[in-house]
Amino acid sequence: MSALLNCVLFLPAAGTAVILFLPRRRPAAIRALAVTVSLATLALSVALPFGFVPGTAAMQFVTDRSWMDSPAIRYHVGVDGISLFLVLLTAFLTVLSVLISWRSVEEHVKEFFFFLLLLETGTIGVFVAVDLFLFYVFWEVTLVPMYFLIGIWGHERRVYAAVKFFLFTVVGSLLMLVAIIWLYNLFGTFDSERILQALASGAHTLTFLQQFWLFLAFFAAFAIKVPLFPLHTWLPDAHVEAPTAGSVMLAGVLLKMGAYGLLRFCLPLFPDAAHALATPIIVLALVGIIYGSLVAMVQPDLKKLIAYSSVAHLGLVVLGIFSFNQLAVEGAVYQMLNHGVSTGALFLLVGMIYERLHSRQISDMGGLATPAPVLATLFLITTLSSIGLPLLNNFVGEFLILLGVQQERTLYTALAATGVVLSAAYMLWMYQRVFLGEASERNQTFPDLDRRERGILLAAVALMLLMGVRSPFFLRRMDASTAALLDRAGLRETRVERVVPSEVAPASGRFIEPPGRRPYIGTTEVVP
Amino acid sequence: MFNLPLWLIPVLPLAGAAWNGLWGKRYTERAVAAIAVGAVALSFLLSVLAFAGLGGEPRIESYGAWIAAASFQANFNFYLDPLSSVMTLVVTGVGLLIHIYAAGYMTREGGYYRFFAYMNLFVFFMLTLVLAGNYLLLFVGWEGVGLCSYLLIGFYFRKNDAADAGKKAFLVNRIGDFGILIALILLYWTFDSLNFSQILPRAAELPVESDAVGPLTLICLLILMGATGKSAQVPLYVWLPDAMLGPTPVSALIHAATMVTAGVYIIARSGPLYVHAPDAMFAVALVGGVTALYAATIGVVQNDIKRVLAYSTISQIGYMVMACGVAAFSAAIFHLVTHAFFKALLFLGAGSVIHALGGEQDIRKMGGLRRSMPRTYWTFLAACLALSAVWPFSGFFSKDEILWEAYSSPYGGVGLWLLGLLTAGISSFYIFRLFLLTFYGLPKTAADAAPEPAGLEAAHSAYHLHESPPIMTWPLILLGMLSLAGGWMGSPFLFGGSDPWSRFIAPAFQLAVIPGEGAPAHSAQTEHLLMACSLLVSFAGLFLALLLYRWRPALADVLQARFRGAYQVVLNKYFVDEFYRFLFVRPLVIGSSEFLWKGMDMVAIDGTIHRAARRTGRVGDTLRRMQSGNVRSYAGWMVLGAVLLIGFLVMWTV
Repeated sequence: MSALLNCVLFLPAAGTAVILFLPRRRPAAIRALAVTVSLATLALSVALPFGFVPGTAAMQFVTDRSWMDSPAIRYHVGVDGISLFLVLLTAFLTVLSVLISWRSVEEHVKEFFFFLLLLETGTIGVFVAVDLFLFYVFWEVTLVPMYFLIGIWGHERRVYAAVKFFLFTVVGSLLMLVAIIWLYNLFGTFDSERILQALASGAHTLTFLQQFWLFLAFFAAFAIKVPLFPLHTWLPDAHVEAPTAGSVMLAGVLLKMGAYGLLRFCLPLFPDAAHALATPIIVLALVGIIYGSLVAMVQPDLKKLIAYSSVAHLGLVVLGIFSFNQLAVEGAVYQMLNHGVSTGALFLLVGMIYERLHSRQISDMGGLATPAPVLATLFLITTLSSIGLPLLNNFVGEFLILLGVQQERTLYTALAATGVVLSAAYMLWMYQRVFLGEASERNQTFPDLDRRERGILLAAVALMLLMGVRSPFFLRRMDASTAALLDRAGLRETRVERVVPSEVAPASGRFIEPPGRRPYIGTTEVVP
Repeated sequence: MFNLPLWLIPVLPLAGAAWNGLWGKRYTERAVAAIAVGAVALSFLLSVLAFAGLGGEPRIESYGAWIAAASFQANFNFYLDPLSSVMTLVVTGVGLLIHIYAAGYMTREGGYYRFFAYMNLFVFFMLTLVLAGNYLLLFVGWEGVGLCSYLLIGFYFRKNDAADAGKKAFLVNRIGDFGILIALILLYWTFDSLNFSQILPRAAELPVESDAVGPLTLICLLILMGATGKSAQVPLYVWLPDAMLGPTPVSALIHAATMVTAGVYIIARSGPLYVHAPDAMFAVALVGGVTALYAATIGVVQNDIKRVLAYSTISQIGYMVMACGVAAFSAAIFHLVTHAFFKALLFLGAGSVIHALGGEQDIRKMGGLRRSMPRTYWTFLAACLALSAVWPFSGFFSKDEILWEAYSSPYGGVGLWLLGLLTAGISSFYIFRLFLLTFYGLPKTAADAAPEPAGLEAAHSAYHLHESPPIMTWPLILLGMLSLAGGWMGSPFLFGGSDPWSRFIAPAFQLAVIPGEGAPAHSAQTEHLLMACSLLVSFAGLFLALLLYRWRPALADVLQARFRGAYQVVLNKYFVDEFYRFLFVRPLVIGSSEFLWKGMDMVAIDGTIHRAARRTGRVGDTLRRMQSGNVRSYAGWMVLGAVLLIGFLVMWTV
């Protein structure tokens, strides 16, 4: 079984190797190879959830071998309920990115697909690496192709955006590297599983001060990537300047690396620090939700609008993670997937509009529903998914996050839920300005989608619907891992004793169960 | 045969919507209409069967998990009791008539298949809303009907004001939905479930929160917040008048008969919660009563035929909400049903008039349509009488029951009753003002246009005034009959009726009785007196309308001039839209743009970063000068470095 995961991980890398040998003057062959490789990767990764055993928190599809003896770096990879679908998401969005670049990338085709496939391996590697050093390697591997994707195939201010993206990210990741080396000095291993075992068995402990600094160093890397307010300003520039495929990968999976890192490493390795810093982080997340929405509302540039909406959506994810509540954490993981699909699709749609208009300014659009009804319809469904309409994917994640957070603090829920109103405001206003009204003279001849574009978007829309109505398929596979994660971080117990007595009980308390009876976390019994 | 699964009822219209949406463009209008109407007709048939098979206990069907994570699970499940059964009948029954009407009405409009796809989709979501067995699934329908409302208000999306109105409707509703969402979450953490079958019985066992504001009061207030959005109550009613920019059948189905009553439905459904939260009940009654009166006053001076009806709808739903607020859920739903009949009829009649006048909606420019549109005229008259609550029309029975309950319920009082009574008088006035201006007198535009006063006949021929085709008038006639006779199912004992309505609906509200209170004592004498009062007031309104708009038309202008200031305020809807825009919309947009985006993002954050980058660059630039290529300067640096190094080592070792 472990072979499957290794194939998923290295198939794109093998593809890049083949691309190197393909002649530059035959772009069709390069494209064909890219699409074949990405499709094969997707097909293999689709098998993952079916081979995955729910109900256990252990890593699955594991390969654990020594890579270097000194320093002791291991090639230790595997997936659990948290990373499983992120791998799938990466494979899915890579296919869409390859297809969307079919015609729009005309120059340096060879390099483009080389970097795109390299990015896929890097990203999947981030999600499956268990060894911290391996994780760091993959983390940096994603940086390089994205830098070039923005810097070479981007729009007017691409160099500024690429450098900004690179510098922001690299500052954070260097801090993380320092922390990783420090951990190695303390534990004698880079392997996060072994470190966790050492912590759990009491063989090693971290003082609060150590935890605090280590947490901050990791947090810096992840918070920039997410991005958390006020570290988000690289994101709008990077998105606006990136080519469509770059934006899709950036929003779809690269941002998830930050949220994933917080969940995978910051919480279980440094639980006390996570606890101590939760409140300021939650405040930043809430600011991000409201701030991102408000700033998105007034953007004249369509791509920038969606970029800022990502700040808001990811704020909700961070809120879910740092509420230390299982429902909220599961909601957060689900929301990472949802954001990948929906915002990925939005960037695809914006890319398609750009290819036709050569403008991203909302003021240049208007009335596009008349010449392009199919585009308008698919855009509307994606918009509705993004604003959390029930039966579509985002609603499930948002609801679970709010539900879980409520158990901690009513105020947080209420503030986060304002995002529900605001997201509708900026998305529908945008939709109106882009698609409704009378089309201008120039836009009368705006061509509708062709078959390739329709196929790309229908795949995304189908996934939105599937994830909206069949969420247990995904969520049930996350139960054990999220429970174990919060358990391991020692966060579950604190929660239970902290919350039960006062916050939920009404004056009478007649039907409220005594503390501890309610199955807060971990139980998977079916409530009829 | 009564045991066909419930999911068929909503799924049929969904299938119709999918078919027409995907392939409708390729087929003729006739085929599109046949599919849409057929889907709703079948759904109606199934609703009748389900109604007939209704037993004593609610029928619950579950179709598997929708969201399941950790300890939380919500299913797709349906819940059929008398309440949801009545709602399905109204939605599919009135919906069917409106679909048939629309098949005729929409022929000249373009986008025929799109229209019917949206309409069927709406019926699907509305049925999901009323059949849902848990609050989360109800919320699916709740949001879904909001979406369809958005799509259908903005049906003429090339017109900017229609697109604006659609967006406004969705956004204002979202503010209410915020309340529902929080209420859902609180419900779950209070009851450990979202199913009606678990929440409602447990709520009924709870003590009344009469002293302290407990979770039930909070939940109920949040649900009320949602209801004010969906049902267009104060303060979130502002979207409904604008929603009239949608096609008229949409106004009839969504913005009169069904969707806007969803707020009433959710409050009635949550009855067992509300009766244990007196403060919330009072808020509900107050919102309903105030909205009823407030909207009725605006309706008096509006000149757009559909806007008058829109304000009338807001006002009538106010009645229903007020009834909920005094725990008269049965009366609220009764009025919901009769209102669905006569208000749908009023809208469809208005559509018929607008159709005949080639799109004219201003009642000041109408007139004299009585002769040329007899079917529309007579059915419209029936609806006006029902709205004015004139015996024996349907509105009389339901409105009278609400007024009686408002007076006699332990949660009611004379104040609420007076609010309702006053509203009844004003309603009767504005609807007959509309009626008289539309159907009596001379056609105004024709009279203006003609160089010399032309006769009625000439005007008619000039305007090609004509009755609408049978496909449109038959639904009018059927709705007219329902408006006339529909009230008798709730005929109270006073009239020798057996009140089958109350007996039928009672099981749905058996948990929603005020604890510790018996049924209010029925004093036949008081009830007769109140009834006489309300009839009197209705006739007073009718009489005043006749006086001002038929017998002494000049008087209306005199009054208007006399109370110019007040008239202007009411005509401009008390400037509430402007107030909201000034207070919320503009500050948010300008603040976000100028302060947050340009101030915070561009200057504060990016500015700091750029400054740091520039400074780094400058430091590098300075250091660069060290490598000047000048050998002597290198020697100097070397000496300096050596001194520093040796100095450092000496300091270190000492």
